[in-house]
Formats: sequence, structure tokens, C-alpha cells
Amino acid sequence: MLPQVLASGLSAGSIYALMALALVITYKTTEVPNFAQGDMAMVSAFIAYMFLTDFETGFIFAFGVALVFAFLLGVGFEGLLLRRMRKPTHLNLIIMTLGFTLALFGFAGWKWGADQRHFPFPISANEVIRFGSVSISTLSVATILIAGILMLLVFVFFRFTKLGVAMQATQQDPIAARINGVPARAVVGLTFGISSVIGTVAALLTAPLITLDPTLMWDALLKGFAAAVLGGLNTPVGAVLGGYLLGVIENLFGAYVSVEFKSVVAFLIIVIVLWFKPSGLFGRHHERKV
Amino acid sequence: MDKHPEVLLEVNAVETWHGSLRALSDVSLTVSEGSITVILGNNGAGKSTLLNTILGVLEGQPKNGQISFQGTRIDRMATERIVRSGISYVPEGRRIFSGLTVRENLKVGAYIQKDQFSTKKALERVYEFFPLLAERQSQAAGTLSGGEQQMLAIGRALMNGPRLLLLDEPSLGLAPILVRQVFDIISQIRDEGVTVLLVEQNARMALAVADEGLVLDSGELVAAGSASDLVDNAEVEGLYMGALSLPINRES
Repeated sequence: MLPQVLASGLSAGSIYALMALALVITYKTTEVPNFAQGDMAMVSAFIAYMFLTDFETGFIFAFGVALVFAFLLGVGFEGLLLRRMRKPTHLNLIIMTLGFTLALFGFAGWKWGADQRHFPFPISANEVIRFGSVSISTLSVATILIAGILMLLVFVFFRFTKLGVAMQATQQDPIAARINGVPARAVVGLTFGISSVIGTVAALLTAPLITLDPTLMWDALLKGFAAAVLGGLNTPVGAVLGGYLLGVIENLFGAYVSVEFKSVVAFLIIVIVLWFKPSGLFGRHHERKV
Repeated sequence: MDKHPEVLLEVNAVETWHGSLRALSDVSLTVSEGSITVILGNNGAGKSTLLNTILGVLEGQPKNGQISFQGTRIDRMATERIVRSGISYVPEGRRIFSGLTVRENLKVGAYIQKDQFSTKKALERVYEFFPLLAERQSQAAGTLSGGEQQMLAIGRALMNGPRLLLLDEPSLGLAPILVRQVFDIISQIRDEGVTVLLVEQNARMALAVADEGLVLDSGELVAAGSASDLVDNAEVEGLYMGALSLPINRES
């Protein structure tokens, strides 16, 4: 039974890891969690749905459009809403992300309604692959692979490309980045674009598993947040590990302790981490920006 | 020698405001190619503000006046464009990227370099200047000592291949022996053809390497001249050097 639980944990954890990574990338830039992350991804998933069902385009095209939309939504959110704020405090920024999420949620409800819709997807959630004693749906396998590959690409980008390194520099000290010739404003916008795309990939993988409605990403956002707190809000690698860990712990809890209280695990983890190691399991001590 | 050095940077009647406070009033100066120019003054005299104004870091400043670099107006230009035109900056407090490695810090410094080849060449040159940075290239910059961080900040600024290097108090917080080393490096950099504009509180040390000197007081230029004149200038000595170079005893 244990390998089966671990496999399910890994699959759920992939989604949490993606959301955690998306949150951390922008958190490192603004020092506030973007609570609109989930609903930005939800609306982008609806865009894919619209192209698939209303315009009857192929999957690749529809998903491509959704990802481009997600990117622009991220860049636009930063450039048109966040950056316009005068002398923003952390609280103001958080309220802006909450306001934006309410606006997106309201928009989705008005445009697409609250019905739970079947989200067409090229990979089935019902077909099962067996690895020895473990049976796992093709959708879960795809989720694990796609999330893994995407996160690997993101890390390679941040670690080894000129733009990626400049982006990290901007996250640490935007003024120092500017005096080295980095167009810091554009780079911050790009950060939000990339993060929105990562969240949207999570949404596109979640929608076929459950159903599509405006609450699509609520759970994933909270779990992603818990994962990021668990691993460390300041460390992308830690946050991703936190995502997998949370997925596995949650499923272990569900299997051996109580299914009913499975969703409480994320909350418990937040509480315990904040009590004993606020910087997260893999986080370094919090450094305040000058 | 009857050689007229070319004016590289010209600051003309510049006025900079911090909110409702006038931080610089009517400051004019020229920096000639191949020179080391030092700006002296007390804390709050506007020295850093002047460098920040030149580099366009302060939003909407300077309020009045012009700044030209190589004959082109650069005041109110975006910082990134000013850097691209050939000015590099070692800011106050170094502001290295402590979470990145030494090598990554230098790579960010080379952001405006167009190709990998010139980045590599710049990197080799910086490692020649600072062999220690080559040794520590994979180390997180935050783990370096203060002196090493200063070297890194200077190295990072050189990665752009600048024509003009601005330095804000490079000796701050360094042990005397390191201060000497930093000033040696500054002379070397100038000898390699980079013009230097330097802000310092350590007046004695700075004037020893500088060609030209300026003294700022409450945002106004109160003295200017060749470095040797300033050393001889009793008023400057009394006003700024005694108070500023505290570790060194004043001769009576």
C-alpha cells in the first residue's frame, strides 16, 4: 500500500510544487505572496476551455493561447496594478493581490458561471498504468512528468542564462541591478509573467482531474502556499521540495490516519513550521532588503 | 606638455531635490579623460547624491541643470541607458548580490555586454586584477569579507568595460591596509585607461592618488582644484581633512 500512497502523493505534490514555485518566484521580488496566483491560473484555464469548446481548436493551440494569455496577465498585473501604487507597503501589496483575485473570481463567475464543467484533455484520468503493485492514472504520470520537466527548465533558466541570473539579481536588489545595466522594471514584469505561466500549467493539469469552475485553484493555491512555507518562501528549490513533501504527507495521513481530516494537514504544517522554523525546512534565515 | 585632455563628463549647474529638501544646488564640474577626480565632503554634504544624480538613479532628478557624457546629454535618462553609454558605478555599501556566487555577480555586471566573447574577456581581466575573486568564483558573495566584497563590487563595475567609473566611498569600513590596496587598484584602473570619479571621506588618502579634487558642503561646491593644491589649501585642510581622516593625527 505504501508505494501506492507515495505515487498519489507525488502526483498531488507536483501540483503543489508548481504553485509553490510560482508563489516563491514573485515573493522573492515583492516580498509578498501573490494571492491572485490561483485565480490568474483559473482564468487562463478557462481561456483554454473557451478555445477548446467554443472555437473547437486543437489542444496545442488552445493551451498555447492560454499560456500566452497567462504570461500577459502576469506582466499586466504587475505593470498596470502593482507598479502604479505609490510607495506601496507590504500590506498594500497584499491587499492589491486579494483585490485582483476577487475581481478575477467575479469575472469568471459572470463570464462562465459556477457550473462544474468537464475539461477536455488529451490524456485520460481514468486510464491506469501499472508499475508492479502500483497503479497510477496516465494523467498522474503526465502531471508528474510535465511538472518535473517544467520546473527543471525554470531552474536551468534561473541558474544558467544571463537573463535568469539578472532576474535573481533584480529579486535581491533592484537598484543594484539597474546600476549594472539590467532593465529592472521589465525584468520584474517578466518575473510575474513566468510565474503566471507556471501557475497556469498547474491549472491545466488540475482541471481534467477535478472539474472546471471558478474555484478550480483554491485548494491548489492554499496547498502551494503551505508547501512554500514548509520548504521556505525564499528558496525556490525548497518550495518545490515542500510541495512534494506536502503531497506525500497528506496522502500518508489520508491512508493511515484519517481521510476526513486530510485537508487539515496543510494547515497543521503551516502552524508547526511557523512555530519552530519560520524560514522553512530548507530556507535560510530571512534577509531583509535594504 | 601642451596637451588638452578631453572632457569626458560635464556637470553644469545641477540642482537635485530629495522631496522638499535641496540636496545639491548649482553644482558644476568637469572630469577629464584619464583622470582621477575626487569629491570630498562631510556626511550629508551631497556627495552620494551627486553620483546618484549623474547615474540617473533618482526619479525625476536633477530638477535643473545639464549633465553630458562624451558630449551627449544624459540627465534624466534611464539608468540602464546611462550605464550602456559607458558609465559604471560602485555604489555606497557595495550592494553586491549576496545570494549569488562571485561569478554570477560578475556576470550581472556584464549584462550590457552583447556577446559571450566580450563577457569572457572582461571576466579574465577582472580576475587578473583580483586573483582572489577567481579563487572564490563559486562561493556565495555574501560569505566574502568586507574587503573582498569591495573588490567584487569594483570588479563587477569593470565588467561593462566602462569609460568612466564612479566609486562611492570605496574605503568605508575597510582596515587601513585594505584601504591602501583599494586606492592602488584605483590608480591601476586609471592607468588602464578608465577615468575615475570618486567620492571619499578619507581625504588624505584620496588626494594622494587623485589628479583633481572638489569639496562639497551642504550641497554646494565650496572648493575645487588640483589635488596637490587642495592638499596645500589650509582651509580645506582645516574644514575637511582634520575632521574626516580621524585616524590620522593632524599636525599643528
